[in-house]
Amino acid sequence: MTIDWASFTPASAVMGGVIIGLAVALFALVNGRIAGISGIVGGLLRPAPGDVIWRLAFVAGLIAAPLCFAIVAKPQVVVDASYPTLVVAGFLVGIGTRYGAGCTSGHGVCGMSRLSPRSIVATLSFMAAGFVTVFVVRHMIGN
Amino acid sequence: MYALSSFVAGLVFGFGLLVSGLVNPAKVLGFLDVAGAWDPSLALVMVGAVAVGAVAFAVAGRLTATLLGTPMALPTGRGIDRRLVLGSLAFGVGWGLAGFCPGPALVALGAGKLKALVFVGAMLAGMLVFELVERARSGGGIGPRDSAHPSA
Repeated sequence: MTIDWASFTPASAVMGGVIIGLAVALFALVNGRIAGISGIVGGLLRPAPGDVIWRLAFVAGLIAAPLCFAIVAKPQVVVDASYPTLVVAGFLVGIGTRYGAGCTSGHGVCGMSRLSPRSIVATLSFMAAGFVTVFVVRHMIGN
Repeated sequence: MYALSSFVAGLVFGFGLLVSGLVNPAKVLGFLDVAGAWDPSLALVMVGAVAVGAVAFAVAGRLTATLLGTPMALPTGRGIDRRLVLGSLAFGVGWGLAGFCPGPALVALGAGKLKALVFVGAMLAGMLVFELVERARSGGGIGPRDSAHPSA
């Protein structure tokens, strides 16, 4: 294993993590909910009275974030995946996070913060699958 | 107020994703590529987020109502089953293929990335398939799942 020191950004990583943690704290204490994004979005496909507006508001906040961030810096988003790959990947992420009942935010951040056994198993599962997928794509197929 | 605080939580969350670099698929894939030139940054994002989150949930766990007086709606853990593991594995494969997970994809969409729009469209399709399958299994969403196949 070689560490890519040139790309390693410990300060912004910790700072970004703390900001994410603050958002999670706000949502837990004021809204009484887990900031699990796949669950928030997925719930919109099962609309119930009084259960739609807060979900849309959270998603609107996420989408508006780059406008706010642009004051500080230019958002860097480099997407190397092709369009067909993005379609397959998006579909897997959509169906997988619903059957798995959570994603990086719900299981990875909130669930790990609560030491939920379910979330620890889910996080280990998707991390392992992510590592293996990148290994296969970059080092087995890619060469 | 409830929707406003939800909006602010989404905004701050998205801001954190941008600061941390999680919105950038190239950076996410650099983290997932342990056999290549590995960028460990995202592990530190997790450390920062969980450190603050752990305190927040310790406090939230003692509350009987939210600060707005509404009922707490934190999940009560169900068991660990095959759905949880297989679903998470499928999610991880998709994450590794594109470098996007749901939150960062929505933030990148807000940054005007066409590729993020395509990813989010496909993600919603995947979520819709889950909804339709689950509804069909529970007999059109009426009644408990056990009564889905009445023996006539």
